[in-house]
Amino acid sequence: MPSVRVQEADFDTGKELETLTHGRRDVGAVASFVGIVRDANDGARVSGMTLEHYPGMTEKALEGICAEASSRWDLTDTLVIHRVGPLRPGDRIVLVGVASPHRGDAFAACEFIIDYLKTRAPFWKREDTPEGPRWVEARPSDDTAAKKWK
Amino acid sequence: MVTILYFASLRESLGNSREQLALPMGNATVSSVVEALRARGTQWTEAFAPGRTWRVAVNQQMAGLATPVSPGDEIAFFPPVTGG
Repeated sequence: MPSVRVQEADFDTGKELETLTHGRRDVGAVASFVGIVRDANDGARVSGMTLEHYPGMTEKALEGICAEASSRWDLTDTLVIHRVGPLRPGDRIVLVGVASPHRGDAFAACEFIIDYLKTRAPFWKREDTPEGPRWVEARPSDDTAAKKWK
Repeated sequence: MVTILYFASLRESLGNSREQLALPMGNATVSSVVEALRARGTQWTEAFAPGRTWRVAVNQQMAGLATPVSPGDEIAFFPPVTGG
């Protein structure tokens, strides 16, 4: 069963990833991705950002992406935690964790989930820059990354 | 009536996060809702002008201009997503 959480609070990456293998003997691989807030973007210094989401739809979209990953690869469990609200450079934004009997499936599914999350899950970033706040524009390269999984 | 939600930059430029709207008579679609919003003028016409990029969800599923809408539906308009 996918575990999906959208929360303001930080998370303990190690502890969260352990839940993917706890009490199991059929997992041979756990792959993970952690997204972090950078201090620069598109040529501007970023002192912080605020993440907005669509409560209800966001969770459904993440569950749908995890379900799609489980139908494409041999996975024993998936985990997505995404933070919202105010964040600062160096803060964790997102954790994707995937458990599988084999590493190939775990690596591929982990990349698939973050690529799809970036183009399909309703989150929006507003950055604080020296010129004031600005909404982050969607990147064509993120669409390209998601399309490779078609 | 349908519930309409606006998120992120669209919410800011429209100065609105949530409203109730009476559906036009007949077979309503996302397109007819967008026409009704555009007809309000000023920032509404600009936000939904042809060529402007926005996304729409009906009942929390991604949708398009041709998606039918019925009374009680939740319709959300927002810019392309930027999470992760």
